[in-house]
Formats: sequence, structure tokens, C-alpha cells
Amino acid sequence: MFPIDQYHRANSIEQACHLLAENPGSKLIAGGTDVLIRLREGKSGFGSLVDIHDLDELTGITHTPDGMLQVGSGVTFTRLINFLKSDGLLPALVEGASSIGGPQVRNMATLGGNICNGAPSGDSAAPLLVFDARVTLQSQRGKREVPVEEFYAGPGKVHLEEDEIVTQFSINPESHQNTGSHFYKYAMRKAMDIATIGCAAACKLEDNRIESLRLAYTVAAPVPKRCRVLEEQVIGQPVSRKLIADIASMVLEELSPRNSWRASKDFREHIIRTLADRVVSEAIIRAGGQL
Amino acid sequence: MKQIIQCQLNGKPVELVVDVRQSLLEALRSHGLTGCKEGCGVGECGACTVLIDEVPVDSCITLAIRAEGRVIRTIEGESINGELSPVQQAYVDAGAVQCGFCTPGLVMKTTSYIEGLAQSAGGCCQSGSNGINRDDIRREHAGNLCRCTGYQTVVDAVEKSIQYYSGQK
Ligand SMILES: Cc1cc2nc3c(=O)[nH]c(=O)nc-3n(C[C@H](O)[C@H](O)[C@H](O)COP(=O)(O)OP(=O)(O)OC[C@H]3O[C@@H](n4cnc5c(N)ncnc54)[C@H](O)[C@@H]3O)c2cc1C
Ligand code: FES
Ligand code: FES
Repeated sequence: MFPIDQYHRANSIEQACHLLAENPGSKLIAGGTDVLIRLREGKSGFGSLVDIHDLDELTGITHTPDGMLQVGSGVTFTRLINFLKSDGLLPALVEGASSIGGPQVRNMATLGGNICNGAPSGDSAAPLLVFDARVTLQSQRGKREVPVEEFYAGPGKVHLEEDEIVTQFSINPESHQNTGSHFYKYAMRKAMDIATIGCAAACKLEDNRIESLRLAYTVAAPVPKRCRVLEEQVIGQPVSRKLIADIASMVLEELSPRNSWRASKDFREHIIRTLADRVVSEAIIRAGGQL
Repeated sequence: MKQIIQCQLNGKPVELVVDVRQSLLEALRSHGLTGCKEGCGVGECGACTVLIDEVPVDSCITLAIRAEGRVIRTIEGESINGELSPVQQAYVDAGAVQCGFCTPGLVMKTTSYIEGLAQSAGGCCQSGSNGINRDDIRREHAGNLCRCTGYQTVVDAVEKSIQYYSGQK
């Protein structure tokens, strides 16, 4: 049995906020694919749970005619993939979501849980960063919205107050329309493995020149990270093999991969450069570019 | 922290006494359904796979109370009057069962996979015609580990399942 001391089921967002405020120290449980593992490992801090699994209010996905996309925090990866694929939306997010765990895990794991656990390796993080996704938070004190990029606070940490719940993720039309995008997860195994490095790129072109490039990595810094300086530098540049090589040689300046038992710093740096080349090239091609 | 939940278990409405702290795997096994196995207990191996409302999940990382009001299928419900389901028969015929520990989970995963295929193909599900290849089968079963077979025979079994299932329909 899981060492749960207190369990409350919330039947609405409002009730979840109330339960969090009434029971300080409580944690939300959505899919539970992280929380239950931690409980089983005997990690502290998860003994008191507020269950928001499968709340109708958190499991909606809307794509308005003008291209605004809103995904409830409780949407499972399986549903997200099916929805995005059938509408031909956000290929990089489809690829990120598809690389998570195996089918059974994706049937339970939610987008909200993947971001809120703060993992530097979360496979939906890099795609959300390159689409400039924003996260909506709610508590009894009110609502607020922050870019996902700023929501990350450190390894395993996000700027989430104890009484807050993430309700949805929003992506503006201009962040994903007329855009070529790609995500690649480098891991030791083809499935059921944590990323050694993850990389996402989203690119807009005009006359085969870079109108905008957004590039993000996971496991390459304490938090999932955009390469802002590089992104500025490439604006307006004509697409060429030379540009791709330049991007690959610059990319490490903004990143700080570390040594771990999974991979050495040197090896991670190699993968980061290699993925800059592959992922940016693919995003450019998907944006209609000629390389 | 006991609760009584109602659900449909292998086609029959049941009431189960479960503890809020229990996994669905623990609840099913203590109810006598020892077909679903605990391989890892942490969502890695798929030996504990059951279907909730036809969706395969790892019952070891699912709270038992989540079964409330749902339709649960486990390996115990797959053979009817002693006759194996098409998927079970395919696993036997393909020689995909060695120690058998992973088999209940794999059979449930394959079952939901081919039933899903049949549905999306409008009631007909034929290998080849809907372009299923061995890589697709491997990807679909990536959440199930098997330490014995080396997976070739498991993929064979899934191909056979597709044949048998469409033959039966
Ligand atoms: C076998 C296995 C394989 C995995 N493989 C991968 C993988 O390849 N890639 C990957 O990125 N992850 C992987 N994971 C980790 C995990 O499945 C994902 O991070 C998943 O998205 C977590 O979602 P959840 O709904 O299950 O989260 P939960 O376990 O329910 O919650 C996770 C954390 O987020 C908080 N939280 C959840 N929802 C909210 C909300 N709405 N508002 C505020 N806080 C919230 C919880 O309090 C908790 O701290 C794997 C897990 C397992 C067990
Ligand atoms: S026992 Fe549940 S996945 Fe291994
Ligand atoms: S047959 Fe032994 S684990 Fe699969």
C-alpha cells in the first residue's frame, strides 16, 4: 500500500483550490505516474493528497478558428497526441508527447504533471518552450498566467505556490501557425527511458531566410532552456548548411550540461551539437525551407 | 481508509472493498484475481496491465478507487467457458509464452490494440491492409517487458492475433 495519510477527492477546480488551502502541505495528484512512484520510493512530502484525476474542467482541449490552442492540465498524453495529430498541429509537441514512457504510461500521465514535477528532462517541456506556451494557475487568491519558460525554478522545482493548481496551457496562433517544428529525444533506449538530451525547434521562414527560430533543450541546464542569444543572432539570415553549422557551433554557449551516471558532460555536449544540426534542419525543411 | 466501490469486473457488476492507499493491482489480487502480476511495481514492465474502460493502464500505479464506476477487464475474463480468446490462442500458437509472467499483461495490451484497430477500420482488421508492420507492433507494446522470449515470438503472436480476430469476426 502507498503511504498515504490523507486523501481528498476534488470534484471541481474550485474545490481543489479550497482543499489545498485548507490542508497545507498537501500535493495534487493527477495521473499519479510520478506521485505514486515517489510514494512507493518512500519520498516525503506526498502523504497528503488532493486528487484532481479526470476532472472535466481540466481535460478539455480547444483549438479556436483563429488558431488559439488551449490544453487542460489534466489532458493525458494519449489524448493530446490524438487531438494534435488529427488536426495536423504542433508536430514537435506530438513528437515530445509520443516519446514519453510507453502506451500505458501515456494513457495516464498528464501534461500538467509533466511540467509541474519540474523535471529537467520532461519531454513536453522543450516543445512547449518553442511554442511560447503559457501556463494558467489558479488558487483561492485568484488566477495568474506565466510563460512556461519562467515557470521553471530549478531542478525539480517550479514557481507553484502550495495552494495553486495549474489549470491549462495556452499557445497563441502566431506561435505555431506557418511554423515548421521538430523534437528529438536522445536516450539510451527507444522507449521507456529518460532523455539524455531533448531538443525542440520551431522555425518561421520568409524567402528562405529565418524570420524566427526558437530552439530549446532539456537536460542541458538545470531547467529546460531556450537559446535566446542564438535565436536573436540568426534572425534574417539566409538558410544554408553554413548557417546550420554555425548554429551547432554556437549552441553550447547558453547551456550547461552536467556529468551524471547517465552520460558525461562531454558526451552530452556532443549530443547537443549534433541535435542542433538535425533538429533545426528538420524544422527548417518542415517550414518549407531549402537546404 | 476503507471504501466500497462499485464497478464492472470482467462483465459482472461487483462491489469491492478497497483501501484508499491500495493500488488497483493490490485490490484485484486480494480479490482473488491473481492473473495480473507485479513485475516492478513502478510502471516500467506492464505485467500488471489491465483495461479500464477499454484503456490499458499499469494497475500497479493506479489507485484502486479509480475503478469506481468503471469497466475493468483483466486476464481472468478473456477466456470464455474454457475457450481461449483469439489473442490468447495466438500467444500459445506463436510460442510467445515461456515463463508466462509477462503474458497476462501482454495479452491485455494486445487485446486492446487489436480491438482498437478493428474499430478504427470499421469492424474489419487485417494485417497488411491497414499497413500494420512489426515496428508498429513493437512501439505499441513498448510498455511491456519480457525477459524470456526476446520479443520475436511476441510480435508473431500479435500478428497472429490480428489474423485470428478478423477471422473470428
Ligand atoms: C514508467 C514511467 C516512464 C516515464 N517516462 C517518462 C518519459 O519518458 N518522459 C517524461 O517526461 N516523463 C516520464 N515519466 C514521468 C511521468 O509519467 C510524467 O512526468 C507525467 O507527465 C506526470 O504526469 P502525472 O499526471 O502522472 O503527474 P502526477 O504524478 O499526478 O503529478 C506530478 C507532479 O505534478 C504535480 N501536479 C500534477 N498536476 C498538477 C496541476 N494541475 N497543478 C499543479 N501541480 C500538479 C503533482 O503534485 C506532482 O508533484 C515516466 C513515468 C513512469 C512511471
Ligand atoms: S508491475 Fe506494474 S508496470 Fe511493472
Ligand atoms: S515469458 Fe517470461 S517474462 Fe515474458
